[in-house]
Amino acid sequence: MTALGTRPDVAVAAASAGPATTRRGLPGRRRMRYALTVMVFLLPSLVPLLAFVIGPMISAAWTSLHSWNLIGPMSWVGLDNYAHLFTDPATRDAFLHTVWYIVGYLPIVYVGGLALALALNTRLRGRAGLRGMYFLPVITSWVVVALVWRWLLSPSNGVVNSVLAWFGVEGPGWWSDPAWAMPSIILASAWKDLGFVMVILLAGLQSINPDLYEAAQLDGAGWWRRLFSVTLPMLSPSTFFVIVLSLINGFQVFDQVYVMTGGGPNNSSQVVVQQVYDLTFRYGQAGMASALSWLLFFVIMLVTLVQFYGQKRWVNYD
Amino acid sequence: MTKPLAARIALYVVLIVGAVIMVFPFVWTVVTSLTPGATLTTTPRLIPEDPSLSPYIELFDRVPFARVIGNSLLIAVVSTLLQLVTSAMAAYVFARMPFPGRGALFVLYLATMMIPFQVLIVPLFAEMKTLGLINTYAGAILPTIATAFGVFLLRQAITTVPYDLDQAATLDGAGHFRIFVQIILPLIRPALATLAVFAFLNTWNSFLWPLIILRDPLMQTLPVALTSLQGQYSTQWDVLMAGSVISIIPMFALYVFAQKYIVQGVAGAGLK
Repeated sequence: MTALGTRPDVAVAAASAGPATTRRGLPGRRRMRYALTVMVFLLPSLVPLLAFVIGPMISAAWTSLHSWNLIGPMSWVGLDNYAHLFTDPATRDAFLHTVWYIVGYLPIVYVGGLALALALNTRLRGRAGLRGMYFLPVITSWVVVALVWRWLLSPSNGVVNSVLAWFGVEGPGWWSDPAWAMPSIILASAWKDLGFVMVILLAGLQSINPDLYEAAQLDGAGWWRRLFSVTLPMLSPSTFFVIVLSLINGFQVFDQVYVMTGGGPNNSSQVVVQQVYDLTFRYGQAGMASALSWLLFFVIMLVTLVQFYGQKRWVNYD
Repeated sequence: MTKPLAARIALYVVLIVGAVIMVFPFVWTVVTSLTPGATLTTTPRLIPEDPSLSPYIELFDRVPFARVIGNSLLIAVVSTLLQLVTSAMAAYVFARMPFPGRGALFVLYLATMMIPFQVLIVPLFAEMKTLGLINTYAGAILPTIATAFGVFLLRQAITTVPYDLDQAATLDGAGHFRIFVQIILPLIRPALATLAVFAFLNTWNSFLWPLIILRDPLMQTLPVALTSLQGQYSTQWDVLMAGSVISIIPMFALYVFAQKYIVQGVAGAGLK
């Protein structure tokens, strides 16, 4: 949950322009004082950002060109780490599992979130209370969500399998079964994020001009026709935002995997960030871990760029 | 718009099924935490036959849980306060104090938002090790005290404050510090509240960095302590759910008081 209500491009343009006073005419002493004031205001954020984000980012690139166990000295290996990652089946699997997570998660939260948003976008008793309930998982931590769902989906005495048993269905092994581990993680994640997607889509729905619906109705368009011809096209900016954010976050999925399965059983739910964590803290391959995290960064950048270029084909900003 | 009866019924079915799915896991968490001895072999009943707070007592026996709650609170509060200060000060410069290269610097701030935290794990851990900050509050807090997100949010808010107010104050002889503290800050209180709520929520719930930097059980935060409990006593769901309840309560309380800021903040994100 970041990037609230800010349009970076607009903000940059405005920051460059600023108030229409020019400081060029100031005498030397006042200019010094002005510069000093700017420094005092900026340094509290600039120093931490340099020390804890930009610096480490560059340092990670340097580390990725070395073999290093976090304790001893680094030894230069050039691009060997990257070469290894491109041929390593474990890396390929980690990326495949991450994509599998996204492919399972995104349709559920989008369709579910849209259904709830459409339902709540009507005059209805108890609307605020319902919206509040759907939003509760959003403010709960991933760790708690993952623990609770691990318990709900416990194969032997979890409540989900108990309920299934009432209907004579023998529930699967969920997180203990390699085939069901990832679906379990997807289920828990979709549950947590549904309310988040709903609120974003609801805000999008409320900004659609009601005249459009009236015109569509006069033309004899039914509910489904209005959904596909008016609502979805007008909602496309919000949809775009949900997809971009879901992909960025999806590629970085970690907390719920770490807690629910630890990447298992049999590595069946091993995702990229879990692999970065394991390489660093279990196998002492910090250089390889840095290379993998840079690779992940490139993939995320690439996927995001492709979406921004592709958006003109389907996103409607009228 | 008139709606046929079938549509209204469908609407209510969707909403009620949705609400049950959303709320039931929380109910189940509370129920489990009040059912001592929920083990790997039995499923608790929805209404416990013999409800008891003993899982909570066991939790505090097993883990220094009071200390863990304190750690979480301290880290979240300090981090939130520092984030408010650093963000507001930088936002003031980006909104009100032009200088050559300011636009480029703003782009640099922007760029930090696109860096996934995972890329920073290894070097940040190494850096903290060099600084001797492993297992310290400072080590947990420092990487969170400045965020580009906070600077943006507050910069947006400051630009909506009429510039005339600054100029009037300048004529009265006020400097930038006084304008910042006495005029700008009081007028952007809603944005400060939104940032405070999100910063607190994010730090309180954050997992990966505390997991890495806080290895000593006495220093751990709630989410980290909960996962270590899972490792040790994987079958003790009653105790684990008691811990989960405790870590959820402050967030629910915050939500009740700050719902407006939270929902508006999220809703604003998707609009262009």
